[in-house]
Amino acid sequence: MGGKGTSLRQYLLTRLLLVIPMVFILLTLVFLLMRVAPGDPISASLGGRVPQEEVERIKAELGYDRPVYVQYVEYLGDVLRGDFGTAITDSRPIGDIIRDNGAATLELTFFAMIVAIVVGVTFGLLAGRYRDTWIDGGGRLFGILIYAMPVFFLGLMAQLFFGSYLGWLPTSGRASPLVDATLVTHTNIYTIDTLIDRDRDAFVDVVKHLILPAVTLGLVTAGVFIRLIRVNVIRTMKDDYIEAARARGIDERSVVYHHAFRNALVPVITVVGLTVALLLSGAVLTETTFNWPGIGKTLISYLENRDYPAVQGIIIVFALVVVAVSVVIDFVNAYIDPRIRY
Amino acid sequence: MTVPAQVERVPPRPQRLVGARRAFAPIADARGMTRWMLWVGAGITLAFILVALLAPVLAPYEFDQFRSPEEGRFVQLEAPSRDHLMGTNVQSTDVLSRIIWGTQTELKVVFISLFLSISIGVPLGLLSGYFGGKLDRVLVLVMDALFVFPFLLLAIVIAFLLADKVGQGIFTAAIAITVVYVPLYFRVVRNHTISIREEPFVEAARALGAKPFTIIRKYVFFNVVQNVPPLATLNAADAILTLAALGFLGYGIQPTEGAEWGYDIQRAVSDAASGIWWTGLFPGLAIVLLVTGLTLLGESLSETINPVLRKRRYERVNLAPPGVAEAELE
Repeated sequence: MGGKGTSLRQYLLTRLLLVIPMVFILLTLVFLLMRVAPGDPISASLGGRVPQEEVERIKAELGYDRPVYVQYVEYLGDVLRGDFGTAITDSRPIGDIIRDNGAATLELTFFAMIVAIVVGVTFGLLAGRYRDTWIDGGGRLFGILIYAMPVFFLGLMAQLFFGSYLGWLPTSGRASPLVDATLVTHTNIYTIDTLIDRDRDAFVDVVKHLILPAVTLGLVTAGVFIRLIRVNVIRTMKDDYIEAARARGIDERSVVYHHAFRNALVPVITVVGLTVALLLSGAVLTETTFNWPGIGKTLISYLENRDYPAVQGIIIVFALVVVAVSVVIDFVNAYIDPRIRY
Repeated sequence: MTVPAQVERVPPRPQRLVGARRAFAPIADARGMTRWMLWVGAGITLAFILVALLAPVLAPYEFDQFRSPEEGRFVQLEAPSRDHLMGTNVQSTDVLSRIIWGTQTELKVVFISLFLSISIGVPLGLLSGYFGGKLDRVLVLVMDALFVFPFLLLAIVIAFLLADKVGQGIFTAAIAITVVYVPLYFRVVRNHTISIREEPFVEAARALGAKPFTIIRKYVFFNVVQNVPPLATLNAADAILTLAALGFLGYGIQPTEGAEWGYDIQRAVSDAASGIWWTGLFPGLAIVLLVTGLTLLGESLSETINPVLRKRRYERVNLAPPGVAEAELE
């Protein structure tokens, strides 16, 4: 503890080195999963649709007729060079798919995360602070119910109520057809694109389309925050330093707001990181429910077409994103809390 | 009301099932909201288990029945009526019957997947934690890799790959869910085993010359396995959500194999635009209710078993002055 070898820089280096085996194992797992499947990717996606000779030709062209280990080494090399492959069914490079549809997912998950943090932190802190009162009861019940609610069910109910019944908000897609057709894409993040062009009406339209999916996904994710923050507050309130602060005569309000809450919120950073994986899973469902053209929905449609290379490429990117986020979270944590740098 | 001045203390009778009593003691000790959550959760869970068992008696129709001798072919998308309490869906089947039969499907899948993931995850965790070394390092890396993977994607990919070979039935769904949860049990059991391994009583057993497997079986296992019931209950809740998600995306149970709530909700999405609510609302409520029940049960179990969160019954300690008699033990 606290010796020479525990500087922040050294911790970061060790952490980065640990990423290498993790990424390697993930890549291997994905490769194995996709190859354990019966037959080869080409026959699976094209089988029955084109003549057998054609399948053989494409197989040879893409190198699927070679021994598995050769394919494996080449696959690793490609991924390391940032080449995630090309979809068979529509010949789109995975990189393009990530760029175009990834922006839609990013926009959705970003706003969902904001909703989740605001709702989750508020309810979590209140429930933990007023433990065993009706506030706690209400907060916990809300947390449990929202966790028990599948995101697609909540989305469906929101569509029924705000879309069909009240008619306030659109229930499908990222923008109205007209806006979608005329929109100039700079970043593919529609809220930013419309702001760049100072197109007020289009911006309002895009935001309206964003509200239901983002709030749905955000609320469901908030359940995780509520539960964890509540337990954290309860744990922190039992700590010695809280007792010490009270003993020093600091008034209860200040003890709770300045001493307890601040420490109870440090682990939230970690949770935000863990939630990214959850959000990505939720995004697949939310995008399918709201017909949101993000990566998740794209993945599902490639799965339906049995396009193995596309599925493989998208999954690798998902996995890499999760690993990258976990590294960033560890860095932030180490920066904030010196005890972590063991 | 007169209170006798002296209460005769009945000497404790020798009790049978001491171990079981001790294991359940924290549950009897649970107070306040935890106790309430425990009973409500257990009640809901039990009710669903009963519905699943009695499905043949309770369900008015078969899960895929779309005509009856009396009515002929059922009307498509009929609003809730006396014949169909929750209406019919786009395939003319009875929504209520699908929910009741669906209970059976959900519980079967959850049961199989929990059984599989516990019987794989727990032994691996014990071995890995107790022996350490290279095996441990490799297992931890693989499990961590599986763990960071977005769980739903993992389940989808497994279900997708198995669909070709095994078909899309209860077993495929259960295996897809198992793969997601094995790393969880592995992690919890391994970490706990590592801390138990260094306890004096294990040290003592080792000093007496007990074989590693005897130590694991007799000393480590029972200490570690305590964590499993709350975890498994919370897991069951999560597994229901995962199964429903698989069904919603079309990688769950084939409609010909059984009724499944997530699949029903997927079919209901296209009804929503025309304001038809009964096809989606009821299966969704079934999911919410069952998952809520399991979560309440699991959370209250872990609160009663986890000493950090446990609130015990306050024993009255009589100190003068009587105004401050209730001493907080925590």
